[in-house]
Amino acid sequence: MLTRPYFGIAKQPRGFSALLFLAALLPALLIVPAMLGDLFFGSSWLGSDPTKAGEHLLGEWTLRFLFATLAITPLRHLTGWNWLAKHRRTLGLFAFAYVCLHLLTWTLLDVQLIVSEYVGWADVWKDLTKRPYITIGMLAFVLLVPLALTSTRAAIARMGKRWRVLHRLAYVVPILGVIHYLMAVKKDIEEPLVYGAVLAAILLWRARIASQRAAVA
Amino acid sequence: MPNTDLPSSEITPEGVYFDRRKFLTAAGLIGAGLVGGATLPLSPRSAGAQQQEQQQRSLGTPYGLQPTDVATPEEDVTSYNNFYEFGTGKDDPAANAQDFKARPWTVKVEGLVAKPGNYQLEDFLKPSKVEDRIYRMRCVEAWSMVIPWRGIMLADVLKRAQPTSAAKFVEFTTLMDPARMPGQRYPVLDWPYNEGLRLDEAMNPLTLLATGVYGKDLPNQNGAPLRLVTPWKYGFKGIKSIVRIRLTATMPKTSWNLAASNEYGFYANVNPEVDHPRWSQATERRIGMFRRIPTLPFNGYAAQVASMYSGMDLRRNY
Repeated sequence: MLTRPYFGIAKQPRGFSALLFLAALLPALLIVPAMLGDLFFGSSWLGSDPTKAGEHLLGEWTLRFLFATLAITPLRHLTGWNWLAKHRRTLGLFAFAYVCLHLLTWTLLDVQLIVSEYVGWADVWKDLTKRPYITIGMLAFVLLVPLALTSTRAAIARMGKRWRVLHRLAYVVPILGVIHYLMAVKKDIEEPLVYGAVLAAILLWRARIASQRAAVA
Repeated sequence: MPNTDLPSSEITPEGVYFDRRKFLTAAGLIGAGLVGGATLPLSPRSAGAQQQEQQQRSLGTPYGLQPTDVATPEEDVTSYNNFYEFGTGKDDPAANAQDFKARPWTVKVEGLVAKPGNYQLEDFLKPSKVEDRIYRMRCVEAWSMVIPWRGIMLADVLKRAQPTSAAKFVEFTTLMDPARMPGQRYPVLDWPYNEGLRLDEAMNPLTLLATGVYGKDLPNQNGAPLRLVTPWKYGFKGIKSIVRIRLTATMPKTSWNLAASNEYGFYANVNPEVDHPRWSQATERRIGMFRRIPTLPFNGYAAQVASMYSGMDLRRNY
């Protein structure tokens, strides 16, 4: 059997859920008002191009929440804090919320569909179909939608085994996200490579745990 | 006609145009005052708007500006830069170039010229008339600025060097010094940065060797002490911190073209009809303003440059 060091926190500390929720909300509470403030109210938090800066930050936070969701199982394994398990849903839904903000920023503030008289649906369609990094980003978003929709207890109960199969997409989406990031940058691939390395580490860690479990069983 | 010989002391004090948002709001009011230096307003303007217009004029002679164009705040021009020799982030150059020493500086003029030379920067600049010109600047990444440059005409430099009849192109090279340019320690591009123009492009009266912005010497992050400005081309043609100008018979190899030839061509003329593989070039976002504006053929300088490309397929020669 594997040892489970509890570090004296066998049960979830009081107020943890609320704290996690607020912590997860905090980046959006900072980024979105800063971006809108810079664009429309004369503040200067995000530099000379607040749209791009905000859009990129929201994208990066999406990846971080996707990674955090996948890191829960290894973390439980390491610490024995099994109470972390139920927070996978919170983190996953926050990833979805951040990608929605990222996508909204792209559509309305960056590309300016609806907003700009010079941009139409045809332009966005061209972006989606002719620019591989956007196609891949959009695919990642689309795959995340059913995961968000089936995140309720009722859906888990109703779907049974199929739920587990469907939610394997949680591995696919962050991989697509990192590829999207890598393809979006020009030559400054250092940061997306760091994200890729972190994701690879989490996935390898999970694979190791899975193989240990298989060996025990 | 606007006065082009204002000493920098006559230019509106910085404090007046530091409040960028006020500046930009007023921009909407100015209307057509700036086109080609025209002074006739289309409608009565407030005293404030008039003041704004004067302010803009004091920054230099406007070239090819559209009615709604106003100078991008100096703060943005000098803090939002692509200068990979000092890092790939937009704010990296301003942060990492602070200690760069742009003096003393030598510039070599060589290759197919009758009078090659190796000049101290001061001697290189001395014979030429220094001008203040306001140009539009369109980055290949689909953002844009309006920048008051100070500089000399490249044509002036080339005439003095006397290109031979075999000379067809001009090649420019940036300083290679990883100790002073930390970005060169990473193989992001094939250093040193190299750019090139066809000889007629280099001789075009719009082509500047800039030595300053906003009436001051170029800040390091903007390419001190000497950089190229070709306002009808994407910004990456504007090679910075130039140490060598060479006349050649064959088309020079240019850095971004070597890095990704499908994305960055030799000509790199601003063209709303030819998309970058990863984004549309039909519109642009002006730094400091929210709404997209249409991108113009040759960035609004078609009258001055289009004839150089007549008969050329601009889709193939992007």
